Amino acid sequence: MRFSLQNEQFRGLLWQIAVVAIAVAVVAWLWSNAVHNLSVRRISTGFAFLGREAGMPIVDTWLAYTPKDTYLRAFMVGIVNTLRIAVIGIVLATIVGTLVGIARLSSNWLLSRLAAIYVEVLRDIPPLLQLLFWYVLMQGLPLARTAWTPIDGVFISNRGLIVPSIPLDGGQLWVIGSAVLGFVLFYMLRRRLIALQIHDGRPCRSWPYGLLLVIAAPALLSWLLGVTWTVTLPELRGFNFVGGWTFAPEYFALLIALVTYTSAFIAEIVRSGIQAVPRGQWDAAVALGLRRSFVLKQIVLPQALRVIIPPMTSQYLNLTKNSSLAVAIGYQDIVSIANTTLNQTGQAIESIALIMAVFLTISLGISLFMNWYNAHIALVER
Amino acid sequence: MTTAAEAPRPSRRPRSGMDANPVLRWLRANLFSSIPSSIITLLLLALFVKMIASFAQWGTWDAVWTVPGNDTSACRAARGIGACWAVIPEKYRFILFGTYPYDQQWRPALATLLFIALFYVSCLRRFWRRELVLIWAVMLSLIGLLMWGGVPGLPFVSQERWGGLPVTLILATFGLAFGFPLGILVALGRGSKLPAIRSLCVLYVELIRGVPLISLLFMASVMFPLFMPDGVNIDKLLRAQIAVVLYAGAYLAEVVRGGLQAVPRGQHEAADALGLSYWQKHRLIILPQAIRHVIPPLVNTFIAFFKDTSLVLIIGIFDLLTTAKTAIIDPAWQAFSVEVYIFVAVIYFAFCFAMSRYSRHLEAQGRRGT
Repeated sequence: MRFSLQNEQFRGLLWQIAVVAIAVAVVAWLWSNAVHNLSVRRISTGFAFLGREAGMPIVDTWLAYTPKDTYLRAFMVGIVNTLRIAVIGIVLATIVGTLVGIARLSSNWLLSRLAAIYVEVLRDIPPLLQLLFWYVLMQGLPLARTAWTPIDGVFISNRGLIVPSIPLDGGQLWVIGSAVLGFVLFYMLRRRLIALQIHDGRPCRSWPYGLLLVIAAPALLSWLLGVTWTVTLPELRGFNFVGGWTFAPEYFALLIALVTYTSAFIAEIVRSGIQAVPRGQWDAAVALGLRRSFVLKQIVLPQALRVIIPPMTSQYLNLTKNSSLAVAIGYQDIVSIANTTLNQTGQAIESIALIMAVFLTISLGISLFMNWYNAHIALVER
Repeated sequence: MTTAAEAPRPSRRPRSGMDANPVLRWLRANLFSSIPSSIITLLLLALFVKMIASFAQWGTWDAVWTVPGNDTSACRAARGIGACWAVIPEKYRFILFGTYPYDQQWRPALATLLFIALFYVSCLRRFWRRELVLIWAVMLSLIGLLMWGGVPGLPFVSQERWGGLPVTLILATFGLAFGFPLGILVALGRGSKLPAIRSLCVLYVELIRGVPLISLLFMASVMFPLFMPDGVNIDKLLRAQIAVVLYAGAYLAEVVRGGLQAVPRGQHEAADALGLSYWQKHRLIILPQAIRHVIPPLVNTFIAFFKDTSLVLIIGIFDLLTTAKTAIIDPAWQAFSVEVYIFVAVIYFAFCFAMSRYSRHLEAQGRRGT
């Protein structure tokens, strides 16, 4: 290498050294300021605070938690709360979005116009505003005392949705686990049967196996283990409900806002995906005499999926990131809990690092899953 | 289910009489083409009419439009039956301009108009040239002067008193104005052959895109002061603006990168053959082509920012959504937040809808190859 500015390699090296030096200098300067400021405020850095008693109340939780638990436990509760909004939100948004996207292409004028209005209106209003709007509507629901009861044991009030619960301990969990396992086995078996049918052309019904694996086997297990299934009906005592499972209004408002907002984007993705399938595919399928719903399900959607999956991944990531809007209405997700921790302990850097770590992990997980799925459905060419 | 306009419809036997009337023909083709389609039409019609009717009743006939003074008893009486639009004339100045001095509110109003004019000019194809940068610089400084004042005739107003729509527009527009050059630099860095620069850019983009904007805003509001030396105190709005710029930079970098990838290799090689330097090559040959490719996604990204600026509510900056939320803290009007939210939603919608229409228009033009 010639050490002259005329040499491209040498210039490249100089540029890199300069940029890295600036980056290192800026980070070092910020870091030294932070260390100084923290020592002035007597805040010790590090994650030791995670072992201290949190003392913050968390209202809506799936994990057992009391304010006497540690910050670590509080963070776990927050992560579970974020995941439960993100996962259910993604599933619902996909279903709603796909239906709306298909409706937008309907030959029925009214249906396609209404779907277009749905998309336009929801896409162009900030999700936070939608969230506040739904939350205000939830607060307008009747008081617990005058709760609306569509069927016995189900209460809808401004305390949220309360449904009868089934206590789940060891035995019940085993039975549920066996049903899930049965479902997975059934799915694998079904794929095998379809492959066999393609191979030798003899049709083979799969649903009896499904019945056996998903319903009969768990039922037998339940009977053998002597598991009892009791239902606890919630009842109103004083100002609040006792027993039953509670879904807080905050959770519902967040879920509705995220699902409606994201489904508008998903609908557009699905629509453009379906439109990307060449017209000849429709024509060929119709020429074979197939029904239109069958054509859509078996011929068009599988091809459209290849166009749909990559942008869908970024919508899933957006939904997950938007779930952090929860902090605005007091649903205690990871961001909200980290924020409370930050205010209580002053451990700003650690709290924000934890938020980032959690979201980067979730994002990475979703990306990996979607990439795997994308590779799974990708067109296999010669 | 009746799906897909794409699907060829079975041709119908011509029926004299019915098909002669164009209205009936249209109805038959678009609403009652088959039995399931007719059922869907009737169901939707019933649902739609019912919803529209109840909403119209709530929003117009049963609504309360004005109340004397701050006396909301008429609104309270109509609660649950009709809307209380009286809250809008009472509060709109606060919602639109926040706590900006009341007699000076023509200044943020004018600034808002300037913003709209700036957007309009930027949308016109004949202004897509280098001078546009100059127009932006002049307009943004003019808006700054108008908002701050401090010259004879315009008393000084500090940022703490700014609020409402101008703040939303400032956060989004300045986010774009500074995030865009940053995004271009990062996109170039990401495509660079130099490994150290490339990995720094990848790290920046992936870190920012991987976390929610809220956590960046928290960082700006609580961590930023920690990172500054003693005595340096940066205003809250500016801190949020920095977070928005960093966020915008990462997303815009990805958009620009897409455009850079769309420029054919031959363009690079031709520029190299002419002996242009790296910066000359990108400034004169590559970037003008790359950016033209990505104008529609750029507009979409801008719409996203415009909506995302509402998140500054969480760190207590008075943008349009925060002023709306604050306006209804007033006990007399507390119960009528739905009306205020609808009012603000209409404003957001008007801006975003105009931009998305424009983006669609550009895409259609792009497809036609103009």
